[in-house]
Amino acid sequence: MDHPTTSTLLTWMTFLPLAGAALILPVLALRAGGALSKAAGDQICRLIALVASGAVLVLGWYLWRAFDPQNPALQFVQHGRWITAYNIEYFVGVDGISITLVMLTALISFIATIASMPWWPGNAHLDGHHFTQHGVPGYMAMLLILQTGMTGVFVSMDLFLFYVFWEVMLLPMYFLIGIWGGARKEYAAIKFFLYTLAGSVLMLLAIIGLYFYGPQEVVDGRLTHTFNMLKMAQWGRAGGYLAAPLIGSFHFINLAWIAFFIGFAVKIPMFPFHTWLPDAHVEAPTPISVILAGVLLKMGIYGILRINFAILPQATKWAAPAMAVFGTINIVYAAFVCLAQKDLKRMIAYSSVSHMGFCLLGMSAFTQQGIDGAVLNLWTHGLISPMLFLIVGVIYDRAHHRNIEGFGGLAQQVPEYAGLLGLAFFASLGLPGLCGFVSEFTVFLGSLVTWQTLTIISALSVIITAAYYLWAIQRMMLGKLNPTYATLPDVNWRERLTLYPLGALIIVFGFYPQAIFTLIEGSLRNLILPLQ
Amino acid sequence: MEPNENIARAVEVSWLWLIPFFPLLGSAINVAVGHRLQKLYGKRAVHFIAVGVMLASCVVTEVVFWKHMFGAEPSQRFLEDHLWTMWQSGSLRVNLSFGIDPLGMMMTFIVTHVATLIHVYSTGYMADEPDYWRFFTWLNLFVFSMLLLVMGSNFLVMFFGWEGVGLCSYGLIAFWYTDVEKAKAGLKAFVVNRFGDFGFVIGLFILFWSLSGIWNPQTNKYEHQHVAYVTAQGVTVGPTVEFRELRNQVSDESTGMAERLKGMTFWGFPLLALVCILFFVGATGKSAQIPLYVWLPDAMAGPTPVSALIHAATMVTAGVYMVARLNFLFALSPPAMTVVAVVGVLTALFAASIGFFQYDIKKVLAYSTVSQLGFMFIGVGVGAYWAGVFHLMTHAFFKACLFLGSGSVILACHHEQDMRKMGGLKSYTPITRWTYLAACWAIAGFPWASGFYSKDEILWKAWTAENLTAPWIGPAIYIVGAIAALGTSFYMFRSYYMTFTGEYRGGHGHEDKERLEDPHAMAAHAHAGAITHGVPDGAPAAHAAASTVAHQHDESHGAMSTPAQAHDEHKVEVAAATAAAHGHDDGAHGDAHAHGGVPHESPNSMTYVLALLAFAAVVAGFVFGWPAAWAGGHEPVLEHFLAPSLPAAEHVRFAEPGHATEFLFQFFGLAIAALGWAGARALYLDNKSTVPARLKEMFPRAWSVVFNKYYVDELYQATVVRGSLIVARISYFIDQNLIDGLVNFMGFLGRAVAYLDAAIDTYIVDGAVNGLASLTWNSGKQLRRIQTGHIQSYLFGALGGAIVFVIIQYVIR
Repeated sequence: MDHPTTSTLLTWMTFLPLAGAALILPVLALRAGGALSKAAGDQICRLIALVASGAVLVLGWYLWRAFDPQNPALQFVQHGRWITAYNIEYFVGVDGISITLVMLTALISFIATIASMPWWPGNAHLDGHHFTQHGVPGYMAMLLILQTGMTGVFVSMDLFLFYVFWEVMLLPMYFLIGIWGGARKEYAAIKFFLYTLAGSVLMLLAIIGLYFYGPQEVVDGRLTHTFNMLKMAQWGRAGGYLAAPLIGSFHFINLAWIAFFIGFAVKIPMFPFHTWLPDAHVEAPTPISVILAGVLLKMGIYGILRINFAILPQATKWAAPAMAVFGTINIVYAAFVCLAQKDLKRMIAYSSVSHMGFCLLGMSAFTQQGIDGAVLNLWTHGLISPMLFLIVGVIYDRAHHRNIEGFGGLAQQVPEYAGLLGLAFFASLGLPGLCGFVSEFTVFLGSLVTWQTLTIISALSVIITAAYYLWAIQRMMLGKLNPTYATLPDVNWRERLTLYPLGALIIVFGFYPQAIFTLIEGSLRNLILPLQ
Repeated sequence: MEPNENIARAVEVSWLWLIPFFPLLGSAINVAVGHRLQKLYGKRAVHFIAVGVMLASCVVTEVVFWKHMFGAEPSQRFLEDHLWTMWQSGSLRVNLSFGIDPLGMMMTFIVTHVATLIHVYSTGYMADEPDYWRFFTWLNLFVFSMLLLVMGSNFLVMFFGWEGVGLCSYGLIAFWYTDVEKAKAGLKAFVVNRFGDFGFVIGLFILFWSLSGIWNPQTNKYEHQHVAYVTAQGVTVGPTVEFRELRNQVSDESTGMAERLKGMTFWGFPLLALVCILFFVGATGKSAQIPLYVWLPDAMAGPTPVSALIHAATMVTAGVYMVARLNFLFALSPPAMTVVAVVGVLTALFAASIGFFQYDIKKVLAYSTVSQLGFMFIGVGVGAYWAGVFHLMTHAFFKACLFLGSGSVILACHHEQDMRKMGGLKSYTPITRWTYLAACWAIAGFPWASGFYSKDEILWKAWTAENLTAPWIGPAIYIVGAIAALGTSFYMFRSYYMTFTGEYRGGHGHEDKERLEDPHAMAAHAHAGAITHGVPDGAPAAHAAASTVAHQHDESHGAMSTPAQAHDEHKVEVAAATAAAHGHDDGAHGDAHAHGGVPHESPNSMTYVLALLAFAAVVAGFVFGWPAAWAGGHEPVLEHFLAPSLPAAEHVRFAEPGHATEFLFQFFGLAIAALGWAGARALYLDNKSTVPARLKEMFPRAWSVVFNKYYVDELYQATVVRGSLIVARISYFIDQNLIDGLVNFMGFLGRAVAYLDAAIDTYIVDGAVNGLASLTWNSGKQLRRIQTGHIQSYLFGALGGAIVFVIIQYVIR
């Protein structure tokens, strides 16, 4: 077996949250047995979640420090057999494509866990219906299982394992939205679930196709297929899948590419598969929106890079114009939709759609700048959009509505909040010095070479983006203070703990994005080499 | 091989970063603890930090100049300081590095020194502001961004500053954000500038790739030709964002880059012209030229020191600076140069004409700024780079002086900006009056004051320009520019006469009125009052209440028709405001603004600054720009100093009709200034003449078109803004009803199919199963009757069966 085990770190990072979730069960038992009061049980569950995700964050820090950016090969590999009958392996590792996302998952999950605590409420009133107040053990368990699923997706190098984690992640998300969500939570949760499921069914078919038309190897004296993504990539790069029989009059690689792409496009989300996102975001509790925008949306792009680009390069080349066009539509169309929003959270959800379009446009250009910018955009959007959703959460917890027009002049009542909101908004609209600009600029620079018209149209969206953010600031924060909010309390310590770290990172990576470029560039160069 | 003089080589100076660092530090301190400092130690603590860091920055600038620039060999004047590589991706390498060459030195000098003066002035002007710390935070941050802009050694650092100053401009225009109109002005400035920034980055992208490949004219596809390499002369050829590397590879003929770029096209357009015009689009945004000038007049909503620093002296000149910085590119493209010069002169005339009839003193100065920026673009457009930059410098002095003077006047008149309500201030505010007059001389172009030298140099170069696309364009620019200069002289002296001569028209009993007319001043009082009364918790409420009252007043004031009624309302509101503030005048603020019925001169912190700037506005011209024609052909100091930064200046051709002609044109310049002055004096001295009012009555329509700024704002509102909103609504409608409608329809379809399935299941499948069951049951029930137990009937049945069988057998056979 090549790629022998070198480290168990990734396994720890993946399954530590699951172990935490398992720990919640005895707590439940004790509570049911009357040994623990409800309140004490809740607090213990919260602590377990904090400790587990905090430990993963520490491991993530170590991963970052120990990762060798000079080495484009897979690192921190753990490799073992799982289901020998089909040659399914437990195979995890990170390279430049996934390292940033593993770190991001650890960071955002921890921040979302902090945001799920009802502690230090300040003057904000959290009633019994608040998501931090009911069903705490279940919530925390779901959060931890979700983290396991997300980390697993990013570290799996076996396609079957990848698919398992992909589905594992779905269910907790469904419950988190469906139980702890807002007014139309059932609708949003089911929409999210079915949409994603429909995508993953297509994916499953394509996975089976890749398996049967893929490379073969001898294991235990038996000739067998493999789910090993690296071997599939080698095979695909060498043109192995071109030999697969036509399906109808279509090439297998093109059909498989489309099947994967739709599965991933739902997650990005890409126009026209994006309408689950605003609903899911609007109904989801704040920390879940944070995870949804910060991590889940990144899986689509990650999957496209890891599978479509790496395994099916010929079809990727064939489909590049479509990706570029859809990317442009995402960017421009969603920006205009943002301009028409009255609900703050919905506006930010659509802005995520717009910003994820940059990734599609950048990676479809097959230039180093384009793909670097796209992957960097995963990271920068992964810092900015959680901050935006936390910002929305702050005001929603206090005012119990999110109608942009319903505020006004808040800056003089809650100046600290106004400053943080300004930072997040300006980061998202791509102000130089904040990290969003770097990825935007690099993507456009890279894509102009290949897609001149589309890039110029997309770049026009920066004007619209500035307009909707500044207009929102004006309507919410400026002007005379709406007397309803004359006693609105400013941000409390829990919120500071989540907002300031993100704000600081946004500034740091605005001036030193090289910290990320160093990690990703080598692997991405290899990835686009066969495409140029 | 002898060293090529065209190649700029860097001299490492590892502490250049200190210049922008100090303002950043000041800003960081004030944003973090300024609020607390102000509460604990008073406003003094805040401005000690803010002004202190500015002084430190000035000192470093001076040291750089005297140590590395003054007397250094021209080739030794490219100072660079590399901090770190921000990011690198393929051929793109973005350094955080600063570079100071002579042009950058001059800009850095202007920015740090003028900004320091304006910081000092602000300590007086903003003394009543409750959010004092916030003001200085923004102001320091602005200086930091502006220094990034002028000191950045590459496009990206420049762009960091470029957008950074836009952000600070937004924050400062909307500084008094409780007035939603001011907030809107800030938004407008930022969004309009984004149009420009869009042009800037697209231009940069196209240029970047053109350095290593071509855009195939047949296929419009990019074809990569080479990676970066270094020539024997040490010139890096290839894609770069560094100004010095770009300049070297374009200026050094052995690389062939200039010829290559000249020959290239993009989408059928000459590439260089397209790139330069895209850069210039960026410049029209930042430097308020047609068609993106509309934000600047609205930007006057900001505090007056902000208008002076950002919207006159520094930020708005960024576009001019950029064109001068890229002189080696623009000079290669006569069409681009022509566009720059023509847009410049049109803006100069257009803005000057609007300036004629404005009554708001700051609006006059705003349009004057737009107009003067137009002159600068004429300079850099016709290829007289140093003259454009020279005008940038003199304008920084005299326009800062004018704006600060207007601020002093506004304060003197208790926050009144309408010149019709001023007049006669020369006896109340003598220092402001003389400094304003000196600056008017300078801007109008009277000899010995600075504007004369810079403006005449620009117009003279326009007349003699030979690098434009057609020979008549230069003289045409001269003529239009001369008319604009006449206008400048007229409207500036008009503002002077309306403000400082005649009788004071502000009226008495002004104290109450002032409070009501300026919501912020009143909010300030309310706030201060609440704090002095030791109820910090109540402060926001009082603040809010006061500003609410003020706003109600604003609205009622606009709609009010009968003065008596208005007066009554005033009284009521004064009472309300006073009640809210709990006695606003009990020593919460210093005596700098003792509120009386008559105008008053401003405190020393303001007048000293005015005097210094007026001095600079007068002397800077002949010190730095003593014309060659007067000095036996010796080039002016500034031209000589800037020469290393402006390599293209040597290649741009000008006609040389001789000194006699030049003297003649200088005389024209003087005549124009005098004519404008005489006209303004005749019409507005002591505000006695009735001619302006009669002219207004004679041409009401023309007057109102000009007064309403040719309705350009309304045009943009109706097209761009409304258009975007309509597209937004349509997009959202599509999203909600078409796309999501389809999704929901699919959901509905799924459910419908499910119901159908259920129905089929219940009635057909299950029906069939149940039917079969009941059939069996029923038939069994019926058949039971046959089973009687009578043997006869069984035999009868058997016989019957046998008969039937036989018949069937028979029939079938």
